[in-house]
Amino acid sequence: MAVRPSGNPKSKYVISKRLDDFFMDIHRVGMFILRFFKEAFSPPYEFKEIVNQCYHIGLRSLSLVSLTGLITGIVFTNQSRPSLDAFGATSWLPSLVSIALIRALAPLVTALIVAGKVGSNIGAELGSMRVTEQIDAMEVSATNPFKFLVTTRILATTIMVPVLVMYTGFVGMMGSFLNVHQNEETSFLAFFKNAFSSILFMDIYASVIKSICFGFTIGVAGCYQGYYAQKGTQGVGRAANLAVVLSMYFIFIEEITIVQLFNYIRIILQ
Amino acid sequence: MTGPKRNIDHSNVVIKTRDLHKSFGSLDVLNGIDLDVYKGENMAVLGKSGTGKSVLIKIIVGLLKPDRGLVNVLGEDVDKLDGKALLKLRLKLGFSFQNSALYDSMTVGENLEFPLVRNKRNLSRKEVNMAIESVLEDVGLPRTINQMPAELSGGQKKRIGIARTLILQPEIMLYDEPTAGLDPVTCIEINNLINQVQEQYHTSSIIITHDLTCAKATADRVAVLLNGKFFITGTFDEVFSSPEPNIKTFYDYNFITNL
Repeated sequence: MAVRPSGNPKSKYVISKRLDDFFMDIHRVGMFILRFFKEAFSPPYEFKEIVNQCYHIGLRSLSLVSLTGLITGIVFTNQSRPSLDAFGATSWLPSLVSIALIRALAPLVTALIVAGKVGSNIGAELGSMRVTEQIDAMEVSATNPFKFLVTTRILATTIMVPVLVMYTGFVGMMGSFLNVHQNEETSFLAFFKNAFSSILFMDIYASVIKSICFGFTIGVAGCYQGYYAQKGTQGVGRAANLAVVLSMYFIFIEEITIVQLFNYIRIILQ
Repeated sequence: MTGPKRNIDHSNVVIKTRDLHKSFGSLDVLNGIDLDVYKGENMAVLGKSGTGKSVLIKIIVGLLKPDRGLVNVLGEDVDKLDGKALLKLRLKLGFSFQNSALYDSMTVGENLEFPLVRNKRNLSRKEVNMAIESVLEDVGLPRTINQMPAELSGGQKKRIGIARTLILQPEIMLYDEPTAGLDPVTCIEINNLINQVQEQYHTSSIIITHDLTCAKATADRVAVLLNGKFFITGTFDEVFSSPEPNIKTFYDYNFITNL
C-alpha cells in the first residue's frame, strides 16, 4: 500500500498548503529567472524597448533620488559632526561620509526608492496587462510577451539601479560638502581629496555589484508579480504591493549577504 | 438576416477537435468536444455564459492546454507543438478578444505595428505604414491611427482588435463574443465586418457568441454548447427549428433581449 506523504491522511498537500505554496513559488520564481536568462541572450533583441525602459526608470526615480541623496548627505554629515568633534576629528568627516555613502547608504537608499517607485509601477502595469488579456493578445499574435515585457524591464532595472546609485552617491557627497563647507570652510578640492583617500576600488566594486543585484531583484519581483497577476483589479493591487514588499525584503537580505562576503574578501586580501 | 452563401471546401478541415476535455479544479468545463471547421466556413459556437465557449477557442489557439483529447489546427496538433512551432502556427490564426485587449499604452497605429514588425522584420517603414493604412481602411476606421485606445468607443475598439489580427493576414479567425456589450446598430456593423473579412481575406472562422442575431448573420453552421458538449450542430435554421426545450429557452431569451 502506498504511503501518503502527509501526516494527515485526508490532506492533498505534501506538507501543508502554505509550505507547499511556498516551495511551489520558489520553483516558479526559479523557472522565471531561468527563462529570463534564456530570452535575454537569444535573438531577436528588443534594444529599443530596453532603452525606452531605462529612460523611464531613470526619469521616474530621478527627482526623488536626487532629493533623498542630497538630504542623506547633509543629515549624515550633520549628525556625525558632534561625535567626531568630541575627539577633535572633524577633519575626518569627508572620509566618514564617503565610506558610509559609497559602501552602504547610496545603494540601499536608491534601491529602496526604486523598489517603491518603479517596482510597484512594473507590478501594476504588467498585472493590468495580464487581467485585461493584453499579454494573451501578444501571445496569440505570434509575439513573445515575455521577451518584450519582462526581459526588457529586468534588464532596464539591472542597468539603471547602478547608474542611479552612482548618481545618489555623487549628490550625497555634494550635500555633505555643502554642510562641511558651511561649518568648517573646507574647499571643494580638499573635501573630495579627503573623501576619496579612504575609498578603495573594492568599495566601489562592492557597491556596483550590490546595485546590480538590487536592480535585478526589483525587476524580477515586479515582473513576476505582474506577469502572473490574477483575480482582476484586486490582483493588480496585490501584484503592485507584493512587488514592493518582496523587493525590499530581498534587498535587505542581499545587503547583509554581500557586505559579509566583501568583508571576508577584504580580510583575505589584506 | 442570414449569412451569405460561401464556397466552403468540405474536403479540407482546418480545425478539428476530438474528445476534448478541460476542467478547472472540480469544475468540468469541456466534456468531450468533437468539432470540424472546414476551409472557408464561418462556424458559430453558441451557449450561455460559463459554458466554456471561450475556453474552447483558447485551447485551439494554445493559450490553454486541454486535459485530454485532440486539437488539430491546419494539420498541426496544437498541444504537441513546442514554443517556436506554436508561434509559427499562430501567425496563421487571428484572435479577436471579447474586450478587444488593445495595448492601452500604445496608439492605434502602434497596436497594429506591434505584431507586424515583430513577425515580418524585413519590412520597410513605408511598407509597414501602407499595411497599417490598408487594414484600417478595411475595418472602416482610417482616421484613428494616432488615437489612443481609451479615446475609442466599444465598437471602434472591436474593429481595431480585428484589424490587429488582420494585419498578419490569418487563415483562421477566432472571434470571442464580437458583439458583446455593443448597441444593436454597432452589432450589425460588426456582423457585416465579420462577413467582409471572410470574403476579403478568405478566412475560416469560429465565432463565439450568445447573440443569435450575430450567429444568424455570420455563420454557415452553428453549434450549441451545453454541459460541456455540443448539444446540437447544423445550419441556423436546422438548429433553431428543433423542438428541444433547451434550444427554445435559448431562442426565447434572445428574442426577449432583442425586443
